[in-house]
Parts: sequence; C-alpha cells; structure tokens
Amino acid sequence: MIRVALPYHLRNLARIQGDVHLEVPPPVTIGAILDALEHRYPMLCGTIRDHGTRKRRPFIRFYVCREDYSLESPETVVPESVIQGSEPFLIVGAMAGG
Amino acid sequence: MSQIRVLVGTRKGAFILTSDGQRQNWKVQGPLFAGWEIYHMKGSAADPNRIFASQTSGWFGQIIQRSDDGGQTWNTPGGEALPAPGEFPKGESNKFLYEGTVGTHKWYDGSQHPWEFKRIWHIEPSLTDPETAYAGAEDAALFKTVDGGKSWKELPGLRHTKGHLWQPGAGGMGLHTIVLDPSNPKRLYVAISAAGAFRTDDGGESWRPINRGLKSGYELPDPDAEVGHCVHRIAMHPSRPGVLFMQKHWDIMRTDNAGDEWREVSGNLPSDFGFPIDVHAHEPETIFVVPIKSDSEHYPPDGKLRVYRSKSGGNEWEALTQGLPQQDCYVNVLRDAMAVDRLDPCGIYFGTTGGQVYVSANSGDSWQPIVRDLPAVLSVEVQTLP
Repeated sequence: MIRVALPYHLRNLARIQGDVHLEVPPPVTIGAILDALEHRYPMLCGTIRDHGTRKRRPFIRFYVCREDYSLESPETVVPESVIQGSEPFLIVGAMAGG
Repeated sequence: MSQIRVLVGTRKGAFILTSDGQRQNWKVQGPLFAGWEIYHMKGSAADPNRIFASQTSGWFGQIIQRSDDGGQTWNTPGGEALPAPGEFPKGESNKFLYEGTVGTHKWYDGSQHPWEFKRIWHIEPSLTDPETAYAGAEDAALFKTVDGGKSWKELPGLRHTKGHLWQPGAGGMGLHTIVLDPSNPKRLYVAISAAGAFRTDDGGESWRPINRGLKSGYELPDPDAEVGHCVHRIAMHPSRPGVLFMQKHWDIMRTDNAGDEWREVSGNLPSDFGFPIDVHAHEPETIFVVPIKSDSEHYPPDGKLRVYRSKSGGNEWEALTQGLPQQDCYVNVLRDAMAVDRLDPCGIYFGTTGGQVYVSANSGDSWQPIVRDLPAVLSVEVQTLP
C-alpha cells in the first residue's frame, strides 16, 4: 500500500484528512502513483500535472526518502520502502520565497 | 423583502456578504477556499442558487467550483470519485485546453509565442440556462460549458481574429469581460487586455474586432490600430444592449451601435484612467467609474477615494464622496470589483485592493463599508434575491 502525503491545499480540495493510501500494481512508478491518486480523486487532475502535457507543474515537488524525485522521469520506480508503505511519497508545494 | 448576496473574490479566498433589502446590516461568510486566489464568482440568472467560482493558484493551477445552494456548499463539478475502478478519471471541470493547433500570439520582444493557459479571470453564466456558462482565460481565450461546468470547450474563432497580433500587457493577456446581449442570444461581447473588444453575432463561431474610435496614442505605435487596445472593462444596461460603456486604459468610451464606433465621454473626470465601469440598474444613462491617478500610480488622485457618476451617459461627471475616505487613501479598485443590485433605489458595490467592500444603498449618494479588512479584492458580484 502506497502512502501519499499531499500539501494542505490539495488535501482541502480533495477533502482528505491525513495521508492517502493507494493500491498501485507494479511497477510502482511516479507516474503510476499519480495515476492512481487522480483516479481516486479526480478533482486533483491538473493540480499536480498539467492537463495537456501531463508534466509536473513547475511549483510541485516530489520527495521520496529524503531525495528530490521532482526531476525524475515518470517511469522511475520508487524505492521499496515507499512500495511497502513505510516511507511516504511526498507531494509538496515549492517554497514561495519572499 | 428582497435579499442581497454579494460575492467577493480576493487574493486569499472568497467571501459572501448577505443583507436584507435595507443593505445596512451584513453577515459575512468566509473565507471560502482559504488561501487560494478567487478571481471571480458569479451566480446564474436562471438559477440564483447556482454560483460558479474561479479558484486559482500559482502552485496548483485552475479549479472551477460550483455551488447549487447559494454558496453554502461547494463542489468541483465532475470531480466526483469514479465508482468503477479501471476507468480513467475525468477531472474535466478544471481542464481548459485550447482547441486544435495552439497557435501563437505576439510576445513582449515582438516574436511569436505559444498560447499558455494560466487561469480563468471571469465566469459569465448564461442568462437563461443554468447549465451554460462562459469563461474568460489568460492567455486570452473564451471557453464554454453546457453541462454546468463539468467540461469546458474553447470557442476558437475568437483567437483566429488577428490573435497573432495580440500582446500581453503587464497584467497578463486576460479575457476579463464577457457581456451577453439579453435580446439576442447569438451576440456576445468580450474584452481582452491588451487586444481590445470583440463581438460575435453567431454565438461565438466567428468574431470581429470592435475597436473603431479607440485611441491609444501612448500605448500603440498606431493609435487607431484594429487590435491591441488595452480595454479594462465594458458595461451594458440590459434594456439597451446596443449601448456599451468602456473604461479603457485611459479614456471612458461609449458606443451606441454595438461597438461599430466608439466615442470618448471622459469629460470633466480628474483622471480618465481606471478599471471598473458599471451602469445603474434602472437608469441606463447613469454610469459609475472610479478614477485612478495614472497607469504608473494605481491609486486615486489626491489620496481621495471618489466614485464618479454621470447621469448623462458620460461627459458630465460628479464626484461621490460621502462615506468614502477623502485623505491618505491609496487603494485601487480592480476591473471586476464593481457591481450593482436591482433594487430601487439601486445599490452600488465595489471592493478595493485594501480589502474594503463599500456599498451605497442610494445610487451612490452615500457609502458605507460592509467589511474593511479582507485580503485584496479581485472581484465583486451582486445577486438580488426575492
């Protein structure tokens, strides 16, 4: 079971409390996790990835096991600890600065 | 007794202000969608309990929200979880894709640049069908829904109207004004910064620029250009759909022939720069503007917040100051942040970048703040309810 942590505004939008738990069949890639997340919560379509290009939105970050996976290919398989659910797949809004 | 519902979009959420017809005592609901920019909210004339909201974020993009109970509860139309696993999610309500080949418009350096969707500036529900609404986008395009906001399709004919010559201003290339002709469902007007005003007479299939008479001597190399004018806002009285009033970047303009020819009616205003313009509910020649010092200094002249009213369709203007700050006031009033109710006497409303929303319950003669400390106000719409 994959554990996905969403930023505050997306939890509110999808009316989620806490982490999301998703069944994702192997291979468990970044893209597959996002597909499963959007399937469960269609209102999140377009908020993490662009509707047209399916690319990550510029101010969204993916953190996995203290590593930045934002620039990894959607085909990248996530680490086993994320697949087992012991570590979350973090979706983060980038720092605004200022 | 009638009720008034004021829909306020701000930089950090939405607020709904309600009162009875006296418009003296107000209840404040909000923030809704806290932390998000709410560019615009507007209720359907065909079903006043149906309200659309444009919720946007630099991080998370565009969301369309809809309420079917007058703003008490909200949903993303078409955003429900699918019951059957294996089906691909729709999430169409947030999807605004340009039709066909995306095409290009003029960029700041004079080169051609592809259209890129950023946000919805304005939602205009149909006057007769609660399922139908129009949405104005940045980068400028017009979208339409016929299923209550579950899905949106572009009306691409607009961008084919010399779109390659449109160029964004400093505020972005937004389609911010959509005016529906109540006497002719095939006729719509839109205005775009900085492309100008456009009209369709066939329901949005084809468009023509309606900018003849606009002068942009400081903004354009050809002051009489067919497109490229920075129109800030257009207003119409429903009883006279061929008469339009415009707040341009500089100049107050009017047309008496549906935009075929405009003439300036700035008259004795202290400044003819500004953003909003609106028409009295019962007097089609009475119009309201809020003069701003200049395009370089976006605040009222002399630090005095003054609404100006013309009862003669322009040219002759009177300052309305009672109840408004007359010293040290340096707020702005944005283009979508003024509205009127349908009561008699007519109520006028506007919101400021300082977070105040003012009401006049007597056609502008005197004003009072409904709220003083909201986030910067982006839009104000009013519903007059039975």
